[in-house]
Amino acid sequence: MKDKRLTFKKRLHILKHHYRDKKMAPAFNALHTFLFTPDETTHSGSHVRAADDLKRTMNTVIMALLPVLVFAMFNAGYQHYAAVAAANGEPLQFSLWDTFLTWDNFYIGLIKVLPLLVVSYGVGLLVEFIFAVIKGHEVEEGYLVTGMLVPLIVPIDTPLWMLAVSVVFGVVIGKEVFGGTGMNILNPALTIRAFLFFAYPTWMSGDKVWVYEAVERAGTPDAISGETILGSLAQNSDISYSVSDMFFGFIPGSVGETSTFLILLGGLFLIFSKIASWRIMVSAVVGALVMGLIFNGVVDQGWIGEGSKFYGLMSFEFWKHLIVGGLAFGIVYMATDPVTGSQTNRGKWIYGFFIGFISVMIRVFNPAYPEGVFLAILLMNVFAPTIDHYVVRGNVNRRLKRAKNATVYPKDSESKESELQVETA
Amino acid sequence: MSKDIRIKKGLNINLVGAAEQTTSTAVLSNVYAIHLNDFHGLTPKMLIKEGAEVKAGEPLFYNKNKEEMKFVSPVSGELVEINRGARRRILNLKILADKEQAQLTHQPLNVEKASKEDIKAYLLEGGCWPFIKQRPYDIIANPDANPKAIFISGYTTAPLAAQADYVLQGKESELQAAIHALAKLTPGKVHVSVGEASNSPLAGLSGIELHKVSGPHPAGLVGTQINKIDPINKGETVWTVAPQDLIIIGEFLLTGKFNPERLVALAGSSVKTPKYYKTKIGAEISTFLYASGVNEDNFRVINGDVLTGLKSRPDGHLGFYNNTVSVIPEGDDYEFFGWNKPVFDKISATRALTFSWLQPNKKYDLTTNTNGEHRAFVVTGMYEKVFPMDIYPLQLLKACMVNDIDEMEQLGLYEVAPEDFSLTEFVCVSKQPHQKIIREGLDLLYKEIG
Repeated sequence: MKDKRLTFKKRLHILKHHYRDKKMAPAFNALHTFLFTPDETTHSGSHVRAADDLKRTMNTVIMALLPVLVFAMFNAGYQHYAAVAAANGEPLQFSLWDTFLTWDNFYIGLIKVLPLLVVSYGVGLLVEFIFAVIKGHEVEEGYLVTGMLVPLIVPIDTPLWMLAVSVVFGVVIGKEVFGGTGMNILNPALTIRAFLFFAYPTWMSGDKVWVYEAVERAGTPDAISGETILGSLAQNSDISYSVSDMFFGFIPGSVGETSTFLILLGGLFLIFSKIASWRIMVSAVVGALVMGLIFNGVVDQGWIGEGSKFYGLMSFEFWKHLIVGGLAFGIVYMATDPVTGSQTNRGKWIYGFFIGFISVMIRVFNPAYPEGVFLAILLMNVFAPTIDHYVVRGNVNRRLKRAKNATVYPKDSESKESELQVETA
Repeated sequence: MSKDIRIKKGLNINLVGAAEQTTSTAVLSNVYAIHLNDFHGLTPKMLIKEGAEVKAGEPLFYNKNKEEMKFVSPVSGELVEINRGARRRILNLKILADKEQAQLTHQPLNVEKASKEDIKAYLLEGGCWPFIKQRPYDIIANPDANPKAIFISGYTTAPLAAQADYVLQGKESELQAAIHALAKLTPGKVHVSVGEASNSPLAGLSGIELHKVSGPHPAGLVGTQINKIDPINKGETVWTVAPQDLIIIGEFLLTGKFNPERLVALAGSSVKTPKYYKTKIGAEISTFLYASGVNEDNFRVINGDVLTGLKSRPDGHLGFYNNTVSVIPEGDDYEFFGWNKPVFDKISATRALTFSWLQPNKKYDLTTNTNGEHRAFVVTGMYEKVFPMDIYPLQLLKACMVNDIDEMEQLGLYEVAPEDFSLTEFVCVSKQPHQKIIREGLDLLYKEIG
């Protein structure tokens, strides 16, 4: 076995030299480095390097997303059967083992979520490879995470062709035109989501796409509800889900956003592994709570009556905003994107706070679609360099202030030691 | 009176093969070499021709921009080779040592009575000036300048580096002589730092401002200490001297002889018995490398410590400033699924299935593998964890990459040397060459502003 692997390694090594300086070299290297960390050595500077590379960093995020993905597959089926049962007038009794973790549920997840994942990775990586070959740079790892995020933030009934078109748009316009991974201004996954939302608004903002088959059955006697909690609240109607349903995620919504519990675990894992910024996560949660409290206060003051169309969402208890919709998912996995987020530690506090704050604000006031996380994060992506600019200016000003008291001694050639004077610049 | 400096941000890189604190005398080298790339930015002018005989301490060449600044031969012998590179730039000089050493002796200098000019002239003529370096720009100090302070770090935190406390043992009189002379060169203070729990002879010297430093690497780097003690402002100059070079300066002041002898730590996991050797600047590394023995065939010899040294070979020569020679295995091999499997045998600043955080005191056997490919900057907030200065490292690196001189100045490029970025380079996920970027930034700034 060991010998066989050695020859495989050697064969790939020979192939690598064969492809060197050829057009397909980036494509080959991408596959090669997927299997083997390269044999590159340091030449100058630090002769030893830490164990982490970009692939490992991205892989850690993917690991934090896997539980969410698996849960999403079961939930896809569960929401479908729950909606069907509700439409038939005999609501499904929830039971983790009997009605949730079942093969039937998983099967629906398999036929609905897996194709989204395959299309997301297939189309996105194809675009990445094409760009790498044309521009002659290595295939970079950014899409490994983006490709995983995309199927988790779209509605389950998103047509695959729409997803494919959006992915092409998002990767090309959101990332490659800026120069690839590390150079983009907007989060590529959210660019894809935003394109989907604005290009196909009638499809995306309806109340049907969130549950499997709700669209197809609409208008037939078998019609089922596909409404999300935020959708119901925006209609000022009551919601029937318990807090634990919302927290553990047995609710309709975008594929992977529902389980706050698993997202929380993923977030803790990312903080523990030091891959994602805890500053952004904490400040975003604070920001969302503050905005939620303000809205609750407005309702308590009686400024907004029950007749107002904002009443449902405004009176929604402030902390519950964190466990419905995509807020938690956005905060943990998308706001913490290091490339598009704030890059300074102080900036991260400000950046995160406004993401939470604006998310809840858009959520309440958006007439078409009661969700604001992706818009809030995209907005703050645009402002992140500005925030950083002012944070860095703070450091620069401190240095300038210090320099006012600089002790500059004239050079010997300019003045003799006897008449040495301390100049204050 | 001592002041304490505690560094919290940083990372200790514990490697296998630290030099044991015993000293052997290395066999005499036949050929000694002076590498010109040890003196960054220097334009040398030869004083003697190939084939000429020199005494130990006799000038070989001088600085074209500062003719008084002489560079002397470490041994007596025949200048056998002047190797030149592109545009006839001198790469190195080789001297075939005589069996009987002849020494050029100057009149010892009475530091107490000597004026500042006397001391400068004496050190410049005797070849000791190049041991004094300046910031900004991390080059040999300009003797015309009046530095606001002189900094000497006697605290060693770099991985596998020669321990200052050990190499300075018993050299109190030389150190004191050098400090007395240096103190006359600056209107400011001479800041000397030692480890918190050290028995360094530096601590007992007079005429210094003593600082006790503790914390992980890069607490021992002089740049970190300058930033904490008295940061450099625009327009200011500070000088730095490595403690082992104080011995050579001190001995020269006391005896008039340039004695290039120093204790060198031979360290690294590829060395069978890592320990200290007494040898001279420019000596061939093989004269002590094979006395300790090597564990494998495929190893890298580094002139200096593993974070800042220069790549060398067994037949290379000890650098002008180095008192560490590190030998570690080459890592030119592939690793199957090296990017996703758990890592137990490498150091990491994260916990992304890397487990070095479990055993902070475990010693690791690292190779020269980059552990990944070069990428654009992606991850943020990581450099700040190992970079204790009040500077934004990522932003400064980016300013250097785009040659934005205003931004480089404002973000504090004056305060740093490439070595200050050795640790950020170590942890860099994108495998960017930080030290090279900073060096090029400093060169540009020097060229444009001077």
